[in-house]
Amino acid sequence: MSESRIHSAAAGERLERPENWNRPQRMEIDGDSQLLEVSMGPHHPSTHGVFRMDVALDGERVVRLRPVFGYLHRNHEKLGEGQSYLSSMPYTDRLDYFCSLSNNWAYALAVEKLAGQQVPERAEYLRVILAELTRFQNHASSIGFLIQEMGASGTPLMYAFREREKILDLFEELTGARMMCNYMRFGGCRVDASAAWLDNARARVAALPGFVDEFERLLATNEILMARCRGVGILRPELAINAGVTGPMLRASGVGYDIRKVDGYGIYNRFSFRVPMGEHGDVYDRFMVRLLEMRESVKILEQALREIPEGPVMDPRLKLRNFRPRPGEAYGRIEAPKGELGFYLISDGGPNPYRYRVRPPSLINLTILEDMCLGHSVADVVLISGSVDIVLGEVDR
Amino acid sequence: MFGEGILKGLAETARNFFGSFVSPERLTTVEYPERRIAPFEAARVFPFLVYDGEDPLAGLRCVACQICEKECPPQCIFIVKSSDKKPDFVGKPQNYPVRFEIDISVCMSCQICVEVCPFDAIKMNTEFELSTGDRFGGLLLNLDQLVKPNEYYHRIHPAGAAEVDARLAGEKAKAEEKAKAAAEAARAAAEAAQAKAASEAAAANTTGEAGAAKTTEGVGAAKAAEETGVAKAATGEAEAKAASDAAKAAAEVASQKQPDQEGRR
Repeated sequence: MSESRIHSAAAGERLERPENWNRPQRMEIDGDSQLLEVSMGPHHPSTHGVFRMDVALDGERVVRLRPVFGYLHRNHEKLGEGQSYLSSMPYTDRLDYFCSLSNNWAYALAVEKLAGQQVPERAEYLRVILAELTRFQNHASSIGFLIQEMGASGTPLMYAFREREKILDLFEELTGARMMCNYMRFGGCRVDASAAWLDNARARVAALPGFVDEFERLLATNEILMARCRGVGILRPELAINAGVTGPMLRASGVGYDIRKVDGYGIYNRFSFRVPMGEHGDVYDRFMVRLLEMRESVKILEQALREIPEGPVMDPRLKLRNFRPRPGEAYGRIEAPKGELGFYLISDGGPNPYRYRVRPPSLINLTILEDMCLGHSVADVVLISGSVDIVLGEVDR
Repeated sequence: MFGEGILKGLAETARNFFGSFVSPERLTTVEYPERRIAPFEAARVFPFLVYDGEDPLAGLRCVACQICEKECPPQCIFIVKSSDKKPDFVGKPQNYPVRFEIDISVCMSCQICVEVCPFDAIKMNTEFELSTGDRFGGLLLNLDQLVKPNEYYHRIHPAGAAEVDARLAGEKAKAEEKAKAAAEAARAAAEAAQAKAASEAAAANTTGEAGAAKTTEGVGAAKAAEETGVAKAATGEAEAKAASDAAKAAAEVASQKQPDQEGRR
């Protein structure tokens, strides 16, 4: 039903938006059954923040679901247009606060494209190392949250956070902050990693496969988990492509699209890694794709930590202040843990960007929530929205 | 067999549970108020202002250039520039902040102010236990609360502080060398002028105008005297007197500069 809606929109038809579409509706009488309107959120533990789902229920089945977001809107794009290029960097940390280093990279990539800057070799390696560590801890905690929404409140999330803690310690040692790292700069990285830090990172990365094994033994064949996840929230590949879904969501539907492979941005084409793909596009596939991606991240980390060269992390001649790229536009995109994260910038030659636009993966992956939830029960809605892996800081900006 | 996966998972949980009794690396947290983990060298919370020496105001590195105020992403810094000047660490007269306030309820600890500061005056503190009952006044740090001695900076960021100190010492040495050379030149010029004036003042009595004109030429630095000297003076005596006065003034300027330099050293 809703699938056809999206297909027809792609064909150029105008979508009709019902009146009061974002308001809670009264109960509707539908034949002899009564629809129950339930407002899930904005303060609901399963919504990962302030996010509301207006759900219409026929008994226990979902017949309509409207995602309502914007509770965390804080003018990110307008702020970016009102201040210098450098001053926007710490704000990008706050988009997806689980993966601040990926956000830093995407923004730095866009500005580097705009200004035509080169990045030193060592900085590229450091970026890959940090981005893959970010991906690892994001996927671990995302799986933890997913299982928590299934009812296993504690064990998997605590194990994931135990591992995340070790990675955050690495971040803090290098960048000074655990989550709001503000580490990358246009044309490199802010500070260099010491040899001791790299050794520490090697030791911790060496321990990560053990954690993935443990996680897999703990969860992957658990009968309750499989009963809850298999065949739930199926996203068909055609719909996923039409809706612009990216990241593990898209790959779980069986579409092999990874910007690390497609674009080869940074130095990703130097590393050998595989892109795990799902088959059915259900919650279980998304869970497994994330688990397998963690293994691939470890592979990339091992290669990068082995090959990282000596050298500067930033050209000392580069000035941070009074940065005025020449007029033009640029779109920098990376494969963030949640999907394609892009920054689109237009410069008019001034100290501030003329236009600053973020393409957040969480928001666009959320648009097909209704299509995945229809016909499932309320408890599955919680599970499906958990499997999308959203962070509301990025959805609302 | 149905339930095999659950049993496997439970075995994992049991291993973690019993393992935490024997291997301490499984415990990643500490019991906070009693036990604390030392912050990392790079750790950052909120900014503070560094001063050298004993007196916070005299040794304050900040020259109120307001770059941090402009660059601060959430605009949480407020600075009022002084109207007078005080010497900075190399002795150059600079402004200083009359008011310097940071609203730490707005500050997002991004460290941009530290990066853009050309004077190494603002650095990040590692103190994090800042809760207060007064949400407005208590979270608005003024100049008195912000200033911290350089020793404190050394204590919390030893490597960074050593690097900054080395850089500042280099700048100071360079500035001193320059000042010394300038002072030397001024003294030499003054001495030469004085000697010339003294020796030629006597001669001026006899040779008159020509000698006096020569004297003023030799002084060089005493421009005022030169102007009057070239002008038609009534007598040679008056001319010579003016020249020696100018030389004295030049020497005075040089000697005034001298103790100033020593005092800073």
